[in-house]
Amino acid sequence: MGNNLSQGIPVSDALVMSVVGFAIVFFVLVVLMAVIKILRGALESLDKAKAAPAAAPVAAAAPSPAAPAKDPNMVPAKGSVGEIKLFDVDDKTAALIMAIVADEMQAPLNELRFLSIREKK
Amino acid sequence: MNIGQVLSDLWGQSGFVGLTNHWENVVMIFIACVLLYLAIVKKFEPLLLVGIAFGMLLSNLPSSEMMHMELFQGDPKTLDYMNILHHGGLLDILYFGVKLGIYPCLIFMGVGAMTDFGPMMARPSSMILGAAAQIGVYCAFILAILLGFFPNEAASIGIIGGADGPTAIFLTAKLAPHLLGPIAIAAYSYMALIPLIQPPIMRALTTEAERKVVMTQDKPVSKTTKIIFPVAVTIFVVLVLPSVAPLIGCLMLGNLFRECGVVDRLSDTTQNALMNIVTIFLSVTVGATSVGYLPGANGENIGFLSASTVKIIILGLLAFCFSTAGGVIFGKIMYRLSGGKVNPLIGSAGVSAVPMAARVSQIEGAKANPANFLLMHAMGPNVAGVIGSAVAAGFLLAVFG
Repeated sequence: MGNNLSQGIPVSDALVMSVVGFAIVFFVLVVLMAVIKILRGALESLDKAKAAPAAAPVAAAAPSPAAPAKDPNMVPAKGSVGEIKLFDVDDKTAALIMAIVADEMQAPLNELRFLSIREKK
Repeated sequence: MNIGQVLSDLWGQSGFVGLTNHWENVVMIFIACVLLYLAIVKKFEPLLLVGIAFGMLLSNLPSSEMMHMELFQGDPKTLDYMNILHHGGLLDILYFGVKLGIYPCLIFMGVGAMTDFGPMMARPSSMILGAAAQIGVYCAFILAILLGFFPNEAASIGIIGGADGPTAIFLTAKLAPHLLGPIAIAAYSYMALIPLIQPPIMRALTTEAERKVVMTQDKPVSKTTKIIFPVAVTIFVVLVLPSVAPLIGCLMLGNLFRECGVVDRLSDTTQNALMNIVTIFLSVTVGATSVGYLPGANGENIGFLSASTVKIIILGLLAFCFSTAGGVIFGKIMYRLSGGKVNPLIGSAGVSAVPMAARVSQIEGAKANPANFLLMHAMGPNVAGVIGSAVAAGFLLAVFG
């Protein structure tokens, strides 16, 4: 076992290296976490600042076309656990997505709960 | 012409005579056939295991002259590549891609192009779980030192706990190339066995109430954030650990191809054609390194069938178990800190193995509560684990490389 490129180290040194190595992994990922939070915060506030002047007249003109309409006569299917909100997605596509997810998970569709489906643009 | 002499010469040149010299090759041919069975019939990581098993088969058939592991022995820094080009077989030349760390990086590019980091960015705290699940790497490293492995070997064995095949191959090819066969096979075998390894640990460490927690939907991530992310990660991680630049650089380049939206052709090629071609080369050559008998400097067998292989297989399993436990325990901590909003089952997905580990979290969560949908929440720690294992490998390479 082994090659002549290395020499053995005591277990105490291995312990110290492990603690340092584990700490570095944590450090890198925690900093990345902070970077993502800052990035998202900055971009969101930028988007809000851009959207604020334009939003008021649009909101006054009409409700968002993407907002899901609620039918007062609609009766939930048997075994249903609630309603699903669809944003810019037609019923047929939503049904396909839910069927694919159920198939991938190998779980019956009536045991899954979908809260909303939104098209990413 | 003496027909008898011709037949005798033909027999002498055939591989059957070679088989009688080293019983280890016969055992390896049998193992290769078992792995082929597992890959084809049981569908255990078939994309890789078929190639690995067939490479193993080819290199253990005497006189096939396709792989000469003895040419790669000695100090990697003074390896005579021209000599290998002159005297090597097909697999020797393809093995350059492993030896020089080219294939794992190209695989990482494909992984990056196929990975959506959105779930991780939607819940950045999931990155902590990706870090916590790397604990198995260091536990296995310490255990390997205790068992008498040298530090470079122990580091290569430990990285099995990262549950990331390309990372394990990249690090082992640099630090302990003589252990590449058993480490690669252990890593990929355990990744295929994750649905069997993880659930008992997950159930043992969590309560029924914790497993039932339904997590709320995260806010969607903007396209701009997804584009900036790979660039920011590359700059920061490579500045902290330059040794990890080939892995993280390729992973993030692939992800940028995917997210930037202006190079769809490159993204498609990276995800499909390139990934498939490199997978063929990588799997066959890694399998071919598993030669049954390989004489060491002192005449001892340093091939696949040695005591160290058994130790590596056991340590690899322990590494996976420790990593799973580490992720779940930190998941429990986050469950407490968040006031019961985080399901600790997503912690086990921090062991990379995308997307298998996330699926295991989903399945276990659904068993406790059929209305639970943990898959996308578990994808966060899952992809964070890919970065975490690459960082762990970078640290080990910086220290022992």
